[in-house]
Amino acid sequence: MTIGKILLKIARTGILSEPPPATDAALRQVSGRLSDEVLKRLGRALAIRLVDAGSCNGCELEIHAMNSPYYNLEGLGIKFVASPRHADLLLVTGPVSRNMEEALRRTYDATPEPKLVVAIGDCGCDGGVFGEGYASRGRIANVIPVDVAVPGCPPPPEAILQGILTAVAVLERSTA
Amino acid sequence: MMAAPSFPGIPLAPLEGAVPAWRAKVDAAQWRTACETVARTGGRLAALWASEDMVRALLVLHEGLVCLELHATEYPDISDLFACAGRMQRAAFDLAGVRATGALDTRRWLRHAAWSESEFPLRRDFALPSGTPSDNGYEFVRVEGEGVHEIPVGPVHAGTIEPGHFRFSIVGEKVLRLEERLGYKHKGIEKRFESMTLEEGARLAGRVSGDSTVAYAWAYAMALEGMTGTRPSGRALLVRALLLERERIANHLGDLGYLGNDCALSFGFAQFWRLKEEVLRENARLFGHRYLMDCIVPGGVDCDVDAAGITALNDEALRLKDEVRELRSIYYNHAGLQDRCITTGRLAPDTAARLGVVGLAARASGHAIDARAYPAFAPYDRLQPKVASHRNGDVAARIVVRFEEIFESLRLQRSIVRMIGEGALKVALVPAREGSFGLGWVEGWRGEVLVALEAGAAGRIRRCHPHDPSWQNWPALEHAVIGNIVPDFPLINKSFNLSYAGADL
Repeated sequence: MTIGKILLKIARTGILSEPPPATDAALRQVSGRLSDEVLKRLGRALAIRLVDAGSCNGCELEIHAMNSPYYNLEGLGIKFVASPRHADLLLVTGPVSRNMEEALRRTYDATPEPKLVVAIGDCGCDGGVFGEGYASRGRIANVIPVDVAVPGCPPPPEAILQGILTAVAVLERSTA
Repeated sequence: MMAAPSFPGIPLAPLEGAVPAWRAKVDAAQWRTACETVARTGGRLAALWASEDMVRALLVLHEGLVCLELHATEYPDISDLFACAGRMQRAAFDLAGVRATGALDTRRWLRHAAWSESEFPLRRDFALPSGTPSDNGYEFVRVEGEGVHEIPVGPVHAGTIEPGHFRFSIVGEKVLRLEERLGYKHKGIEKRFESMTLEEGARLAGRVSGDSTVAYAWAYAMALEGMTGTRPSGRALLVRALLLERERIANHLGDLGYLGNDCALSFGFAQFWRLKEEVLRENARLFGHRYLMDCIVPGGVDCDVDAAGITALNDEALRLKDEVRELRSIYYNHAGLQDRCITTGRLAPDTAARLGVVGLAARASGHAIDARAYPAFAPYDRLQPKVASHRNGDVAARIVVRFEEIFESLRLQRSIVRMIGEGALKVALVPAREGSFGLGWVEGWRGEVLVALEAGAAGRIRRCHPHDPSWQNWPALEHAVIGNIVPDFPLINKSFNLSYAGADL
């Protein structure tokens, strides 16, 4: 009985996935760090590890939302993995609390080369409303190297996806 | 206003504001007597926090809130009366150096290695530290016996979750004991408040725990409006309630999706996250932000709902009700899901009472605590919300409560839009006098959110303490997981879905 209802619901819901956003070179913090050859390979099977380094959890809400059927992550070859040792890209939300500083560094070190880092949210970009203080180191780039930074409070799923796709996009010749 | 509660020999001064509240300056003996009286008569501790030379306890009585203020650098321990006081007292010492005398557990809580044992960030003479050494040597409670071993998990977890450390002591796959070590997200929010004006603080309050931004922004506004005697319009209050219910709906939909997912029913995840995404998009279209951040401001609201918006909300409510009903029927009849959830992660009603559990978790364990129903802060006094509750206290009960609350929130949403009349969206804030004090108390989707606010000179914040329901509920998770198998921990954890950011500050 239940399986019938489930199948019917799936059929009635249909496919909701929307086309992915275009990349935006303006989000890049550095250029040409990884070779085109590497990026081409990563871009088609990208393993992501999220590190929450001290966020308010707003950015996590949008990273969860990115897994909804509206954003066809797996169709784009993107997968969230359980360990930094399996990851090509770290998605990091902030600000980096001092109590998470070492855990973030260790996670970065545990991620095999070649690796990419995408900082998420206003706090990840510049410390946001929390800034720097006795318990906060502010932006992610104060602790580990960042390739792409996505502003927003929190940035919506399309913006996060755009940041990820920008990180793995092969640079255009003119900017390389 | 209700009649003041009576503490023989302790004079209570009423506090202006949206909820019945009093404050009392006490000495150490009165501090202890008042807490004993409240504990004996079925009251509970809502929050405890300290400043440089003072400790405050916020107690919930039948009549309302009572804030005890003790000017001292030491105070009598109350964790024997209210179990939830333990971590709050440890945090109060870490931040302000105000010590609970006679407490059994005096280990550090929010302090890891960012500042030393003899430094206290909330004191004025605190100097900014340089560098962060490794944090080693926290004394976990060791469980010993044949075949017992430990699994350390975190702070970086396997999923998209906030950071925290869990230390499991297990035998075979059965959990004998779980000990939580939190504080990883501590970023100095209370100190940050002290560098802001009272109006600026609203934005930071809305980011204490992002998933409860509406509840925090409202509680902060309520505290500030109370202390200044500012009265938002009836229209603004109804719009606030609309936003609060939408926050509840969105979070419950997301949780129900993840609970299905954790039982290997990925269909549930896809369906509930489709519905949640649709609610978020409607929020962005109607109110300008997917999570409604900064929509509530001191003095009123910074958004509105027009006739077209009301029609859209009513259509959405009807559609959602049908969809959620259909999915509920699938969840309730799915043998695999029921098998995973029934009796799993049980928090018995008496344990919940002893731990002072609040919010959704309390309601699923037989305690119908809901600040919307009591003290029914405006406009809930006119809305008469129905409180969902269940006695089993297991994962299944927390699922049932979420379903019922979604339906009730949809009903409230329809009532609210029918009642919205004319009125200013935002009134000017009356300037705050130095030293004035206000409280906010709002039932967010997870439980009660409290804000205690004290004005400094020139419209600045002297002290602000935001309190998350997770303070009370994290220790309950340690109990709920006892005797369960390790693989059920993610499911049990998700069924509570507590905030790390909110309690780490």
